[in-house]
Amino acid sequence: MTLREIVTKLNATVYLGEERLDEEVTHAFASDLMSDVLTLKETPMLITGLCNVQTIRTCDMATLDIVVFVRNKKPTDDMIELAEDNDMVLVGTSYSMFKTCGLLFDAGVEPLY
Amino acid sequence: MHQEYTVVEGDFVNAGTASSSVKKTLKQLGVNPQIIKRVVVALYEAEVNAIAHAYGGKVLVDIEADKINMVVADKGPGIPDIAQAMQEGYSTARPEVRDMGFGAGMGLPNMQKNVDKLNVTSEVGVGTTVEMEVMFN
Ligand SMILES: Nc1ncnc2c1ncn2[C@@H]1O[C@H](COP(=O)(O)OP(=O)(O)O)[C@@H](O)[C@H]1O
Ligand SMILES: [Mg+2]
Repeated sequence: MTLREIVTKLNATVYLGEERLDEEVTHAFASDLMSDVLTLKETPMLITGLCNVQTIRTCDMATLDIVVFVRNKKPTDDMIELAEDNDMVLVGTSYSMFKTCGLLFDAGVEPLY
Repeated sequence: MHQEYTVVEGDFVNAGTASSSVKKTLKQLGVNPQIIKRVVVALYEAEVNAIAHAYGGKVLVDIEADKINMVVADKGPGIPDIAQAMQEGYSTARPEVRDMGFGAGMGLPNMQKNVDKLNVTSEVGVGTTVEMEVMFN
């Protein structure tokens, strides 16, 4: 699935990385726990309800570069600036974590485990 | 190459600045990306701990041709039982720390999994020192 299709499916707002929307996303991981994200060897798209600078830092360390924020969480300017340095994509949806995961799973985005 | 960073008590916004900077340096040196990830994940967890559980401290980084050595030394309450602290799931984190996405008791185990050598020393009422080494090949 392309990021553009994901954005449409989630009725999402793109905060950063508009130019990368034609990229394919094959895998996703959903967590609000950054220590858990830091255990990943793979680099899936992250779906999270945690919206602070540590979300972006964690992605930097774990080399993840696509984040979907659920439940209307909007990244701050500081977060966007930091994310820009790492060429990340940040999008946000009003849907819950459960609905977001359900829709994307149903559309063929795969889990890691 | 020697680098030093200061970690400030309670400064969650800047948790990870040292790790970020080390990541850039290792990238420039052409270190294998998978090894860089192990280094910075471990250092980041240690940085977060110095902010979350102690009153800040220092990060000392030494990069040699074949390895990196990292020391995170804090002033803080110390760890009374290091073996217990190393156990996955053990955490005394405040709600504030959990709000930052940490505090599930996975930090020290994450460090252990990612580095070649880990040495934690601590004195109650004084502080904690975490030493880590990762080989580049
Ligand atoms: N630098 C430190 N100073 C004091 N206590 C610490 C320090 N690092 C870890 N600890 C103790 O060890 C526990 C486990 O640490 P960790 O595995 O990183 O998990 P977490 O940070 O999620 O609690 C902490 O909750 C705390 O009680
Ligand atoms: Mg920790």
